[in-house]
Amino acid sequence: MASEKTLRILVAKPGLDGHDRGAKVVARALRDAGFEVVYTGLHQTPKMIVSAAVDEDVDAVSLSVLSGAHMYLFPEVIKLLKEKGAQDIQVFGGGIIPDEDIPKLEKEGVAKIFTPGATLKEITSWVRENIRSTKEAG
Amino acid sequence: MADVKDLERQLAQWEEETLKPTLEKRPERQEHFSTISNHEIRRLYTPLDVSGLDYERDLGNPGEYPYTRGIHPTMYRGKLWTMRQFAGFGTAKDSNARYHYLLSQGQTGLSVAFHMPTIMGYDSDHDRSRGEVGKTGVSIDTLEDMETLFQGIPLDQVTTSMTINAPATILFSMYLAVAKKQGVSWDRIGGTTQNDILKEYIAQKSWIYPPKPSMRLITDMMSFAKDHVPRWNTISISGYHIREAGSTAVQELAFTLADGIGYVEAGIEAGMDVDDFAPRLSFFFNAHNDFFEEIAKYRAARRIWARIMKERFGAKNPKSMMCRFHTQTAGCSLTAQQPYNNVVRTAVQALAAVLGGTQSLHTNSLDETLALPTEETVRIALRTQQIIAQESGVAATADPFGGSYFVESLTDEMEAQALTYIENIDQMGGIIEAIEKGYPQKEIGNAAYLYQKQLETREKIIVGINEYIEENETPIETLTVDEEVEKIQIENVRRAKAKRDAGKVQKSLQKLEQAARGPDNLMPYILEAVESYASLGEICDVFRDAFGEYVDPKWL
Repeated sequence: MASEKTLRILVAKPGLDGHDRGAKVVARALRDAGFEVVYTGLHQTPKMIVSAAVDEDVDAVSLSVLSGAHMYLFPEVIKLLKEKGAQDIQVFGGGIIPDEDIPKLEKEGVAKIFTPGATLKEITSWVRENIRSTKEAG
Repeated sequence: MADVKDLERQLAQWEEETLKPTLEKRPERQEHFSTISNHEIRRLYTPLDVSGLDYERDLGNPGEYPYTRGIHPTMYRGKLWTMRQFAGFGTAKDSNARYHYLLSQGQTGLSVAFHMPTIMGYDSDHDRSRGEVGKTGVSIDTLEDMETLFQGIPLDQVTTSMTINAPATILFSMYLAVAKKQGVSWDRIGGTTQNDILKEYIAQKSWIYPPKPSMRLITDMMSFAKDHVPRWNTISISGYHIREAGSTAVQELAFTLADGIGYVEAGIEAGMDVDDFAPRLSFFFNAHNDFFEEIAKYRAARRIWARIMKERFGAKNPKSMMCRFHTQTAGCSLTAQQPYNNVVRTAVQALAAVLGGTQSLHTNSLDETLALPTEETVRIALRTQQIIAQESGVAATADPFGGSYFVESLTDEMEAQALTYIENIDQMGGIIEAIEKGYPQKEIGNAAYLYQKQLETREKIIVGINEYIEENETPIETLTVDEEVEKIQIENVRRAKAKRDAGKVQKSLQKLEQAARGPDNLMPYILEAVESYASLGEICDVFRDAFGEYVDPKWL
């Protein structure tokens, strides 16, 4: 039977900030929605996140940033994914991110930014509709 | 009080003759009413709900054991709470300007927010600090930054609260060094270091070292302060972050007091007498949306703490039994949508804190879900406190809700539930063991997830989020921290490192390393390192080598 491959999502907390309520709630919602979720834990550098994404063979990386460092952390993860030849792994995320920064992040290659007030349903539906397996050919 | 039997009969009669016909005509809006923490609230509270209450035993007059009605006999008639707005961003120079502004607006105490690299023990020029310098607080790398931060602010004329945990001994030492340079003796300075590492493992997750050496740093500071800085509050045992991480009100209450028990046990184990350090322990609670639940929480906290200190630890000094606390309104309750509504939320929360008898208060600004606050929004937040203090009349009497059937019942129920949590933790062997098992962390994670699901099913309502939604809102102006700050601060720290006496720094760090591996109190060694302009990152590196680092257990 040709079943749809279960998507694997890496939920990551980059940077020094430890406020992980959002990351954990989203991780649990993605898991409850039927995705396979890998959680990095806290205080991850972009480099650590990218090697986890490659090692765990995920289809997307979800970053949670509340510390104001999003303009550095999101582009850095995307840059390092490209360097590893893993640019097919999509990057999305959320946090305390001012509206005016969202178009800039999208230009840098971020697939989607969710801001405070986004519902779990919005997030899980978006993932279902927009994230494709990186191994479709196989 | 009328006879219980009489009251029961009257209540039954009321239910039959008055209530029933009303419910038949118009049923209630919901089948169940509960607090934001899912604590069931009954239709009516009567003397029957407080029939077991003994005034002297359970409440006491203000300023008397068990302090349920407040820790001061006159409460706000004698002195208003301290209005203390948490602030810090950019460089020390930027934040110094904000402090001068806040003091000129009638603020009565300072509260320092540090940026993430300082909180995590890295200098601004460290690789791990990229993108984070000055963003969520002020960047402090060496004593030079601390001197700038308090430029023109005599330390004997303000009290200062510092939200710093894993590196608290270092920032405290820098503060002491600044006082010395200003010619202010240490017995004349007052303030608080948060220095509460247990709630970091539980909730806010800004740890550096594993629990055991972290607790040693804390008891070293407690012991040093009792001898040299007697007016310093060495730990602010914090429920705030536990609540922000998604706990219920009872969990906030229980885990905070359990942390308090952990510190008292550690102090005693380190050889101190309980009454030597317990009077300098203070608390820090959240003020969330549910008005009465919050008031009951503060009242229960005072009663539980007083009894724990007296009965469990045999404290004799009444000051050891008093739960003195700071309160901050709930950041996590604020919405990015229709942000002006946050002024109203904050006012209601602040009112609960005052009616609950807080000693100091921070009110959040309306724009804090979007960015750090602007001067204008901070002023509105401060004015909110001033309006409550000067216009509302609530500061005229102690514990205005004492004796309320509802508030007393809720206080009792929250106390009982918190004690059950504390018993569970005791059975695990104490709070450190409970943390190692992930018990409080998982309880909080479950509560946070449940709450989010309740918002999505609209079982709970937040205005502007799942009800009364407005499309196409006009964005408000927010504060942005100039990206140049990172470059400026990297230059500052490099310049400071270049001009100091390198040999002196080396020597002080070597002595510190030796001391860290031995039993001595580390405070004098940290002070010496700080005064030689060793940086925060360098000192933390010494401890990282000696103590190891704590790694997130990654529980979901």
